[in-house]
Amino acid sequence: MASANAIELLAQLNSGAITSEELARGYLERAERLGRLNAFVHLDPEVVLSQARALDSKRRAGQPLGALAGLPVAIKDVLCVDGELTTCGSRMLKNFRPPYDATAITRLKAADAVLFGKTNMDEFAMGSSTETSAYGPARNPWNEECIAGGSSGGSAVAVAADCVPLSLGTDTGGSVRQPASLCGVVGLKPTYGRVSRYGLIAYASSLDQIGPFAHNVADAALLLKAVAGHDALDATSVNLPVPDYLASLETPPESLRVGVVPEFLGAGLDPEIESAIREAIKVYEAAGATVKEVALPHSKYGVPAYYLVAPAECSSNLARYDGTIYGHRAEDFRPQYPNEKDIAPLVLMMMASRAEGFGAEVKRRIMLGTFALSAGYADQFYNQALKVRRLIKNDFDAAFGEVDVILSPTSPTPAFRLGEKTSDPLAMYLSDIYTITANLAGIPGLSIPCGLTKSGLPIGLQLLGPAFSEETLLRTARVFEKATDWHTKRPELM
Amino acid sequence: MALSIDEVAKVALLARLRLTPEELQTFTGQLNSIVEFVEQLQQLDTTNVEPLAHGIDIHNVFRDDVLGPSLPREKALANAPKRNSEGFLVPAVLD
Repeated sequence: MASANAIELLAQLNSGAITSEELARGYLERAERLGRLNAFVHLDPEVVLSQARALDSKRRAGQPLGALAGLPVAIKDVLCVDGELTTCGSRMLKNFRPPYDATAITRLKAADAVLFGKTNMDEFAMGSSTETSAYGPARNPWNEECIAGGSSGGSAVAVAADCVPLSLGTDTGGSVRQPASLCGVVGLKPTYGRVSRYGLIAYASSLDQIGPFAHNVADAALLLKAVAGHDALDATSVNLPVPDYLASLETPPESLRVGVVPEFLGAGLDPEIESAIREAIKVYEAAGATVKEVALPHSKYGVPAYYLVAPAECSSNLARYDGTIYGHRAEDFRPQYPNEKDIAPLVLMMMASRAEGFGAEVKRRIMLGTFALSAGYADQFYNQALKVRRLIKNDFDAAFGEVDVILSPTSPTPAFRLGEKTSDPLAMYLSDIYTITANLAGIPGLSIPCGLTKSGLPIGLQLLGPAFSEETLLRTARVFEKATDWHTKRPELM
Repeated sequence: MALSIDEVAKVALLARLRLTPEELQTFTGQLNSIVEFVEQLQQLDTTNVEPLAHGIDIHNVFRDDVLGPSLPREKALANAPKRNSEGFLVPAVLD
């Protein structure tokens, strides 16, 4: 189990060598033993085992089985699961049990996956280290004093520590790829519209996308196929056929033109990461790729554009938490400060509930977004950010006229120490400098393990492609995987 | 530009967030550094650039207006912090 992957396990389940219940028990035992990593915020063994037993009976009865039959999949706590605690790492939703399933969950259930608990995350997916979680930070299994990355840190840790073979996260500015990179696993952010967002608790609706974590590219392909596809319940989901990502995976892409952005390998990049990325470029050259330089002149504006667009959308999306329909309500909301004496009780109730329910980073982004959208500032800030967003997308369109994929580091640094950046929001925001533009442009990207630092921390390689090129991205990543063994490395955990 | 404490307090009211005097102080400092950082976007000439609301080329998506199942009342009310048998309860809106 400490070195298993999803496709091998599926073969053993299908051959009868193991049962779903045995597998689930093994993972539950390991998840409990590694509880100190704080990967899971809700994990009810009985809920897991009853699904596994149901799967085993279905298998014994010879009924047709889905593509993930009996495989445990951990779920980021931002995805609604009918009747199960779904708390977004926030006090605001401490006792929230959704009345319906997210479409990604419906599809996992239809594929006969075993839903294996809810994973830790930055509060409402706002953060790059899982330190803003109301449940405390997740810990990196390669060095437990270091961050797991974020916001989907728990989902990355759950796979990296072999507490589960597969998990789902969400990526709004790098929240799947960056923790995947820092924890030494594969993480994929699909094209905007590839996976339905229905039932994904919204942070920034024009950027959010659900994506898989796995130990290798094939496992990620398996999970992506299970959740991808059009959904009438999400008007931004795109009606295009879902390729059989797994079937084509072993065939190298017909065209392998790899783009490298010179500025991405310059100032601000950790030297050990730079050398790992330069090694990766050599691996592709040896595999017959044409490597050429491409320009993304506006990418340096990605982080500032994101920190207007995302907070603006967040300020609107999180207006729903007003202590009325669900979520936390303050018990005492009497006026406390001189400026509150003229505010109506209903408004004071909302203000007090939100003050108690949200953590500092969420408040900061709501404030920033409210400011960026407010009268007199919207043109200068929000609308200008949307125009820059167009320029960023135009850069990618031009680059993908010349190359099939763009190769870069996923993160400018390996996992940093817990607490190192919590008091400096801007320093934390720069963790996403290589990942954030893909969300603004709507394009897919993945991170695969490509090295370890001298101190034993994982390094991730990011590949970006044009919209709906997931199949090419996965095949291109597989070329690297076949030539290296980084994806087989596991942390030593007691 | 720099936001004053009063301006940040006004933003907090618009955002329906009660801030303690200490939070107001901290957020004013932090918001000002973030605003200073995002102001670099002003350097770019974006005349004739169309704003981009999201990356993928889809426009109005229509569907037939058909009656479907709704959430049963009890399920809709189940997470309410204050409720009675048929609705959500809030503090009085009118005196």
